[in-house]
Amino acid sequence: MSDWWSMGGYAAYVWSSFGVAAVVLVWNMVWPYVQLRQLRRRLRQEEEQV
Amino acid sequence: MLMRWFHQLGSPPYFQMLARRLSPWLAVPAVLLTAWGFYAGLVHAPPDYQQGDAFRIIYVHVPAAWLSLFVYTAMAVAAVIALVWRMKVAEAFVIAAAPIGASFTFLALVTGSIWGKPMWGTWWVWDARLTSELILLFLYLGVMALENAIEEPRSAARAASLLAIVGVVNVPIIHYSVEWWNTLHQGPTVTRFDAPAIEWSMLLPLLVSALGFTLLFAWLVLVRMRVILLRREAGSRWVREWLQNP
Repeated sequence: MSDWWSMGGYAAYVWSSFGVAAVVLVWNMVWPYVQLRQLRRRLRQEEEQV
Repeated sequence: MLMRWFHQLGSPPYFQMLARRLSPWLAVPAVLLTAWGFYAGLVHAPPDYQQGDAFRIIYVHVPAAWLSLFVYTAMAVAAVIALVWRMKVAEAFVIAAAPIGASFTFLALVTGSIWGKPMWGTWWVWDARLTSELILLFLYLGVMALENAIEEPRSAARAASLLAIVGVVNVPIIHYSVEWWNTLHQGPTVTRFDAPAIEWSMLLPLLVSALGFTLLFAWLVLVRMRVILLRREAGSRWVREWLQNP
């Protein structure tokens, strides 16, 4: 197991690559839904004011 | 029949309904395939005989790089449709695809750089493949910046579309750069006319994560397009119906 984590001496390179990938992919998945929610809230408020 | 579908798809309320229905069918396989591809690439694929375990970076790098080209090409096709037929949905696709494409390009550049350090002994070289991929990132950022800079949404989308179309010349340059120039970046391994020069147990996780990335793009571009169209059509009946009944 610790053998696997060490990635034949390339641990820093392999894990940082997959780490960056995880951050980029999660950001891609979360951000549009945050925007959708913010838009819904904003439009609802405008609707109520009218 | 096809023309009718094309017209329906061009209508924002119809598009919104279709996109909402499709989302879960894209999201679930996208996440599962990407996760399995990464897992199999890290655990099951054997170490490369030359590069050892460092080659596992390709399971991120190659799908990201493929998608960076695929997304740009799709964006340019949508840009033509947006300019010729003035289709709002196509305009939304151009604007929605750019940040996703930019993020994949960024990922390809960063992971390539991380791989380059132990394998080539340098983070970066001004090699034709690397330079043209960097230009791709600037093209994506240019499309985003241009769209942001123009106040009126439809002229903004048209300007962004025009830049997207002009920039598409860079796509074949990136693809063929490893053949046209003597690059440090290696030539194609998977997309050769004869059999791929890669072991099946190494190739399968790569293809699966590439498919996962593609579905991820399809899912997320639809969500971003919904946000753009809802914002633009705020006040219209279909948006009000959505607000009451999300």
